[in-house]
Amino acid sequence: MSIASFESSTLLIVLPEILLLVLAGIILVVGLTSKRSRDMLLAWLTALGLTGILIITLLYGRPGENDVLIFGGMLRHDWMAFSFKVLFLFAAAMTALLSIDVEGVEDRGEYYALIVVATLGMSLMASSADMIMLFLAIETTSIPLYILAGFMKGDDKSTEAGLKYFLFGALTSAVMLYGFSLLYGFSGDTNIYRLSEALRAGAISPWMIGGMAVLVLVGFSFKISAVPFQFWAPDVYEGAPTPITAFISTASKAAGFTVLLRFMLAVFPVIETEWATLVAVIATVTMTVGNLLALPQTNIKRLLAYSSIAHAGYAMIGLVALSSFGTASVIFYLIGYIVTNIAAFAVVILFARSAGSDEIVDYAGLSRRSPGLALVLLVALLSLGGMPPLAGFVAKFYVFAAAVESGWIWLAFVGVLNAIIGLYYYMTILKVVYLYRSDDEDKPIAIPRSYALVLVICVIAILAIGTLSAPWLDWSIKSALSLF
Amino acid sequence: MEAPILSIVVFTPIVFGVVLFFFPAERHREIRIFALAGAAITLVLSLWAYFTYDLAVGGYQLIEHYTWVPRLGISYHVGIDGMNAPLVLLTGVVMFTGVLISWGIDDRPREFFGFLFILATGVFGVFVSLDLFQLFFFYEIAVFPMYLLIAIWGWKVTREYAAMKLTLYLFIGSVVALIGGLAMYFASGTHSFSLFALEQAGFSVDFQRFWFPFVFFGFAVLGGIFPVHNWSPDGHVAAPTAVSMFHAGVLMKVGAFAALRVGIMLLPEGARFWAPLILGLATVNVVYGAFIASIQTDFKYVIGFSSVSHMGLVILGFATLNLTGITGAGIQMFSHGVMTALMFAVVGMVYDRAHTREIPKLGGFIKVMPLAGIAFIVAGLASMGMPGFSGFIAEFPIFMGLWQSQPIVAIIAAISIVITAGYIMRVIGRVFFGEMPEEFKGHITPITNFDKIALVILAGLLILIGVYPSIIAPLVESGAQVVLALVGGA
Repeated sequence: MSIASFESSTLLIVLPEILLLVLAGIILVVGLTSKRSRDMLLAWLTALGLTGILIITLLYGRPGENDVLIFGGMLRHDWMAFSFKVLFLFAAAMTALLSIDVEGVEDRGEYYALIVVATLGMSLMASSADMIMLFLAIETTSIPLYILAGFMKGDDKSTEAGLKYFLFGALTSAVMLYGFSLLYGFSGDTNIYRLSEALRAGAISPWMIGGMAVLVLVGFSFKISAVPFQFWAPDVYEGAPTPITAFISTASKAAGFTVLLRFMLAVFPVIETEWATLVAVIATVTMTVGNLLALPQTNIKRLLAYSSIAHAGYAMIGLVALSSFGTASVIFYLIGYIVTNIAAFAVVILFARSAGSDEIVDYAGLSRRSPGLALVLLVALLSLGGMPPLAGFVAKFYVFAAAVESGWIWLAFVGVLNAIIGLYYYMTILKVVYLYRSDDEDKPIAIPRSYALVLVICVIAILAIGTLSAPWLDWSIKSALSLF
Repeated sequence: MEAPILSIVVFTPIVFGVVLFFFPAERHREIRIFALAGAAITLVLSLWAYFTYDLAVGGYQLIEHYTWVPRLGISYHVGIDGMNAPLVLLTGVVMFTGVLISWGIDDRPREFFGFLFILATGVFGVFVSLDLFQLFFFYEIAVFPMYLLIAIWGWKVTREYAAMKLTLYLFIGSVVALIGGLAMYFASGTHSFSLFALEQAGFSVDFQRFWFPFVFFGFAVLGGIFPVHNWSPDGHVAAPTAVSMFHAGVLMKVGAFAALRVGIMLLPEGARFWAPLILGLATVNVVYGAFIASIQTDFKYVIGFSSVSHMGLVILGFATLNLTGITGAGIQMFSHGVMTALMFAVVGMVYDRAHTREIPKLGGFIKVMPLAGIAFIVAGLASMGMPGFSGFIAEFPIFMGLWQSQPIVAIIAAISIVITAGYIMRVIGRVFFGEMPEEFKGHITPITNFDKIALVILAGLLILIGVYPSIIAPLVESGAQVVLALVGGA
């Protein structure tokens, strides 16, 4: 693949990133000058700004027929990057709307600006084609998220979450960076798309390459919260402001997957059967650990944390298949998962806003307090559990189909049996919501407009992806093909 | 172009169900009327579909075909033949009578009918599917609402346990079958989920023998096959009346039908290889189910286990792999569906008034609810296989088919007829005749007019098929011939 020389039109490709930076600046300035009464304004400014950038990306960010490397091979302009940019912008806009009156968050200008900067980092993660760029992108994403996780200064749990997230992240980044440095040392190149050739030509021992693959996998596993680097997830999810939890569990995880897919497929074809087996094992353990540990949880944020660990495992099944359909199934899975998980967290945020609790037992009577909200939770949890006609069903179907296609029958069985465990704990929540009574049944739950908007968008998306999956699948396949 | 009758049948319930959720929660009366209207329209539509089917032409009719996910060869593809046409009608009948019986539901009727209607769409969708993906899609839609319906509106003592048990059993079965389905899709090389394409795929003998048990037993869990039948009596008993009717009457047929449609018809060589095991297990179902039913003291458990026993006959009929047996099984699915729905309806009426289901504590109910008593006796006679009732039309061919292929199994299974007669007579004698206990006298209200309409429809169907079998038998036989053409048996 040739590297395109710099022209002014190249700037158009990174227009979304430029605009994100501008937006972050504007928010910061408005935040500095604003009083508390302008919180709403900031939220809507962020959300509308992100939506605007999303539309601009859709209109002008579309890659052409051929994938191009730009800026001396730092970034790659392809469908994979484009699709995920759109997804990140969507998730960030939803997060901004969900943050409108979250309690305990001071300095809202900084808060929203950090969300936008993290989104910028994610966009770069999705398009990085060079190890140096990739590392910078990962850190641009992670550092704002560390701060955001600990943003509620008066709350010990939030502070703990931020610190824990930071320590884990720093450690795994360091290991990953070590892997990068070895790769550079052995191949003399930093560009992802030239590395595999260099590795092959250098006649390096497969064991050595395998070792380097393991080192970089450490960093990626942290981002997608795969076992054994999942330990941070429950505490961070519980402690962080809930909108940020939603953001970390959706956009940040998906960003981790973009890197995982691109890097592993591009750099390590020499040992692809070996690393696929390793990923299959990680996927198995991740699903199983996530689901089993979700069973005894009593706090809904912790439960969703473990469930999101399990979902990383399901998505990895598609990668193991090592086929374009398998990769497409991962992308499709992430699309479905993002809209679903945002819906679930939106309900959690709304409930905590009125009832002041994240404990599952307190959800008793929700179906009488707010039938609509209960129904959204039903849709979201069933989609997570993989029920038709919702997004989660087709997503799981495609992932398992990819596994069967490539002969990974046992992995597909592990996946479906895990899905049953998952369904079990989602149903226990629904049981509390629909079956149990509580003394607070006459206290309704307020649903302000901005939240209602998020709920409606997500539910429509869940249903649309679940019933009319063809266009989404085509889009995923198109994105996946840019990696092969 | 003809009207897309089948799609209208499939989607009418869910449309009504979704609209129901927009009703104000406290308008119980309007909600019920709307639900009844939806059920009545669905019944009329399913009758329309049933009678539009032209037996002289045969084959699959009323076919609709739209590509759904072209990239994977997934279509929305529906059609009816002799096998599924009666099941579509059955679903319409049970849905309508179930709504009639549920008139008295006071706790969140909006959600109750909403979930029930979503379930109905799933059931219709499975029955008319001609695409494997679509079949799975609707199958899961048919199963999940059961969890909520039982857990929320069920019998307080066991509902949480029973609902969870049922759901987990059925999902484990369905996902195992799903993997089998995917294996078939990729092995066929046809790049299509169409059942027709998969029927012609020519899978190797080893492939069929390996995957058949996954697919067949995965679905047969919902058909109540031994030893994974255990969820079913618990589920039936815990469920509210209309849901028990739906569950035993229709949902178990979904499992049996899918096991036939996907297991036997797509992997016929596998079916022949595994038939002895299936015969053995189904015989256990029939005899053991009847025996357990006869020692229950809870009225509803009697009917629950009798369902296990009767569904065993359906699976026995399939496993004969001959025309007589499969025809019998097809009729049995319809006959048992109506019969068990009627029985559960009557059990519900008795329990709502007596607040107990312990058979020794009941008695003399025929005096206060004569119609319910008579209807129950009709159902009981049908379930014993008396000539003149639908059970005879169904069970006789099953045993004939069995006799042709496996005389010993036929003899063993026939023991169940005696046991069934025993427990049915005992229940009728104890509950409806004899002296009514003092505590009930004067407290038992008669059944409502809606209840009566439902009972008359159900009992009428049992007698109608009994005296005029040609309304269903030739139709089912034509369907069985399609199966046999694939299986290639005698």
